[in-house]
Amino acid sequence: MHRMVIEAPLLAKKVQPGQFLIIMADEEGERIPISVADWDASAGTITIYFLEVGVSTMKLAQKNAGDGLYAVVGPLGRPAKLAKYGTVVMGGGCYGIGAITSIARALKEMGNRVIVITEARSKYLLYNREALRAIADEYIEATSDGSTGIKGKVQDVVQYVIYREKVDLAYFIGCTFMMMNCSNATKGKGLRTLVALNTLMLDGTGMCGVCRVNVGGQTKFACVDGPEFDGHQIDWLGVFHRKSMYLQEELLAYQYHSCRALRPTDQEGK
Amino acid sequence: MEGGPEKGRVPRQKMPEQPPLVRARNFNEVPLGYSPEMALLEAGRCLQCKKPTCMTGCPVGVKIPEFVKLIREGEFVAAARKVKETNALPAVCGRVCPQEVQCEGSCVLAKKGEPVAIGHLERFCADYERRTDQVCLPVKAAANGRKVAVVGCGPAGLTVAGDLILRGYQVTIFEALHKPGGVLVYGIPEFRLPKEIVDSEIRYLQSLGVELRPNMVVGTSLTVKELMGEMGYDAVFIGVGAGLPQFMGIHGEELCGVYSANEYLTRANLLKSYRFPRYDTPLARGRNVAVVGGGNVAMDSVRTALRLGADNAFIVYRRSIEEMPARREEVHHAQQEGVQFKLLTNPVEVIGDERGWVKALKCIRMELGEPDAKGRRKPVPVKGSWFDLPVDIVVIAIGTNANPLLTSSMQELKLNEHGYIVTDPEGRTSVPGVYAGGDIVTGSATVIQAMGAGRRAANAIHKDLGGEAGPPEACSGTLQP
Ligand SMILES: Cc1cc2nc3c(=O)[nH]c(=O)nc-3n(C[C@H](O)[C@H](O)[C@H](O)COP(=O)(O)OP(=O)(O)OC[C@H]3O[C@@H](n4cnc5c(N)ncnc54)[C@H](O)[C@@H]3O)c2cc1C
Ligand SMILES: Cc1cc2nc3c(=O)[nH]c(=O)nc-3n(C[C@H](O)[C@H](O)[C@H](O)COP(=O)(O)OP(=O)(O)OC[C@H]3O[C@@H](n4cnc5c(N)ncnc54)[C@H](O)[C@@H]3O)c2cc1C
Ligand code: SF4
Ligand code: SF4
Ligand code: FES
Repeated sequence: MHRMVIEAPLLAKKVQPGQFLIIMADEEGERIPISVADWDASAGTITIYFLEVGVSTMKLAQKNAGDGLYAVVGPLGRPAKLAKYGTVVMGGGCYGIGAITSIARALKEMGNRVIVITEARSKYLLYNREALRAIADEYIEATSDGSTGIKGKVQDVVQYVIYREKVDLAYFIGCTFMMMNCSNATKGKGLRTLVALNTLMLDGTGMCGVCRVNVGGQTKFACVDGPEFDGHQIDWLGVFHRKSMYLQEELLAYQYHSCRALRPTDQEGK
Repeated sequence: MEGGPEKGRVPRQKMPEQPPLVRARNFNEVPLGYSPEMALLEAGRCLQCKKPTCMTGCPVGVKIPEFVKLIREGEFVAAARKVKETNALPAVCGRVCPQEVQCEGSCVLAKKGEPVAIGHLERFCADYERRTDQVCLPVKAAANGRKVAVVGCGPAGLTVAGDLILRGYQVTIFEALHKPGGVLVYGIPEFRLPKEIVDSEIRYLQSLGVELRPNMVVGTSLTVKELMGEMGYDAVFIGVGAGLPQFMGIHGEELCGVYSANEYLTRANLLKSYRFPRYDTPLARGRNVAVVGGGNVAMDSVRTALRLGADNAFIVYRRSIEEMPARREEVHHAQQEGVQFKLLTNPVEVIGDERGWVKALKCIRMELGEPDAKGRRKPVPVKGSWFDLPVDIVVIAIGTNANPLLTSSMQELKLNEHGYIVTDPEGRTSVPGVYAGGDIVTGSATVIQAMGAGRRAANAIHKDLGGEAGPPEACSGTLQP
């Protein structure tokens, strides 16, 4: 997991919990959506977390302190729906551990009781622990290997929490699989559940339609209607299918760019 | 001069083109442009009418006989500057205007079937000026201390910026994407409008002093209110286009391999997917591609599909070829390149395989029934005539709507029932100091219409801010180094 602090004073002044940016690492790069995890309006900075999964995140990971990014656009998407719900259980996995932080803080400030659960394969992959511990009324960690906290996943811990006490809202951010499983875990109880989808995106302004998802039988654009949606209304199979669209190309591009990275003097004609 | 010996006998000069089967596999421009000799011959065909009907067909009133006469006299650069008095982007318009229904459609020679090739000539002189590095920087009026913000960097916004910078305004363009140009860069493909031309127009505006702020989504990154308030702009022009893709609402549209034309073309043009993996953005390359629709956007998509290596590229259109809204030239080019037209055919479902990918497009045949209110014959399905077209990519090019991103951030802005901004004929919106033009007012139209709207709005802004009336001194010919 990489953490990056971006200097973007205008954005830092504007952003609200739950919004995202579109980032291009360089001129040939993809436009990729990245959640805003935190910001500091007075310092004019924004913090993001990302996992190196393909070319674009690899390019981001290769940046050094002081480097520039080709493009940073935002804040995009609807802000998280903040209100006084009562007790909110939040789950974060992967980059979602970062992404839920500011939402958790805002919900807490509005007087909610906030329970935060984070998951990772192993202890060393957990991050943002102090911040979350400080914000949450209860902070629970889960690891697949049991190296810290509960052995298991957010979906397991959530079931325990909602069995234990009355919860008014569930909120999950992480990989698609995790968000689907967690939504399924709260479905039986009819607990209102929100997730922040991470579909493919291009412009992030409603212009291309690549981010469309079927929510409750209606086509929605995740970049402008979301990214937050009701986890029980989402056509998850459709989301998985659409996300897998470029698997082959992504692999090819990753190999191509990893090789190029090893031969930095390679001058291919533009 | 009237009735010289050659008059009328010289046939319309055909512009040389890349051979169809060669160009169908590359992204280079299709028509290659006139040579000076051809331009002279073609310009010689103009009758220099006392009442030039051609001009009534041009939405911005390009002084056609005057610039054609200059070409005839070999004054190519002067001709380009003459066009620029009313049209700031002749190299673009010469290529993409639907001349057959505009200037050329109104030329007196059109009746005999061979109008003067006004578009080709316009393109020729503009290209000549640019390629020989003779583009001049006109004299700007003295700075008047006023600031104008332009939202959206398409043809409408570019025109406003160009007009007002010359009149002494300080102009900033805010653009949502990372590259300026609007549809000219993200929509219209390289083989029809080389990006180098758009880039050079943008550089020209920048050298005049226009400030460009890419990656700024007005409505979220900034609001119009902030522009007019703390940021101190005296006026704001909204030219954000009509970029919300329409889907058909049929079953299977969420499958992998189904694209909106906006997405397909944006990947290919703006993000240069055809050079993947050097450029990171991928685009599925289907062997069999169906493009639904019959306009310019559909033609651009289907010809892009061919160039990306499709074996079969189909246009699926529910009426017949006569009703197609695309330019004749584009339809013709597509046919030559081997695009297959499935006319009087309407898609009813996209069929997927177990991996969630498109496998076929289920269609029904149509026939033309009674004319509707607009006189277009309405297509009606032929009972039981379903068939499956086996394809792996479907591109939906059935039009766009107004994108509400910006307008929904301004409650006080008056919109019509379809979400387009309501303006007076000069581009004033319901909010004082805020002007609008181009596709976000009219719905999808043409480059030159968007430019015309930009010009009217620039005039209105100038008038409302107390400036002298009259057009700016576009290209006075006075060179600055
Ligand atoms: C609103 C929104 C917010 C997002 N916020 C963040 C964020 O804060 N941090 C972040 O790292 N990502 C975030 N994402 C996802 C991020 O955009 C993708 O991870 C990114 O596009 C990957 O680009 P790439 O070229 O590196 O990988 P690609 O080459 O596009 O993908 C490589 C492979 O990894 C898979 N993959 C993609 N994303 C993930 C993932 N998150 N976990 C596991 N596998 C994945 C892909 O399916 C593919 O198979 C967000 C997405 C959305 C829509
Ligand atoms: C594929 C295609 C082919 C076409 N072919 C032709 C042709 O051959 N001939 C012809 O005459 N016309 C053609 N057209 C139509 C023509 O391109 C448009 O009518 C014209 O570009 C409209 O200009 P505009 O300035 O109103 O908007 P656009 O060109 O759409 O530009 C709007 C700009 O505003 C930006 N923007 C949007 N929202 C925001 C925001 N909130 N903040 C900041 N910026 C924003 C957009 O990113 C874009 O750059 C074609 C259109 C398409 C899509
Ligand atoms: S701007 Fe377009 S319509 Fe007008 S003269 Fe030129 S090509 Fe013709
Ligand atoms: S109408 Fe045709 S022939 Fe007459 S001036 Fe115009 S271009 Fe020339
Ligand atoms: S990312 Fe293009 S419409 Fe959502």
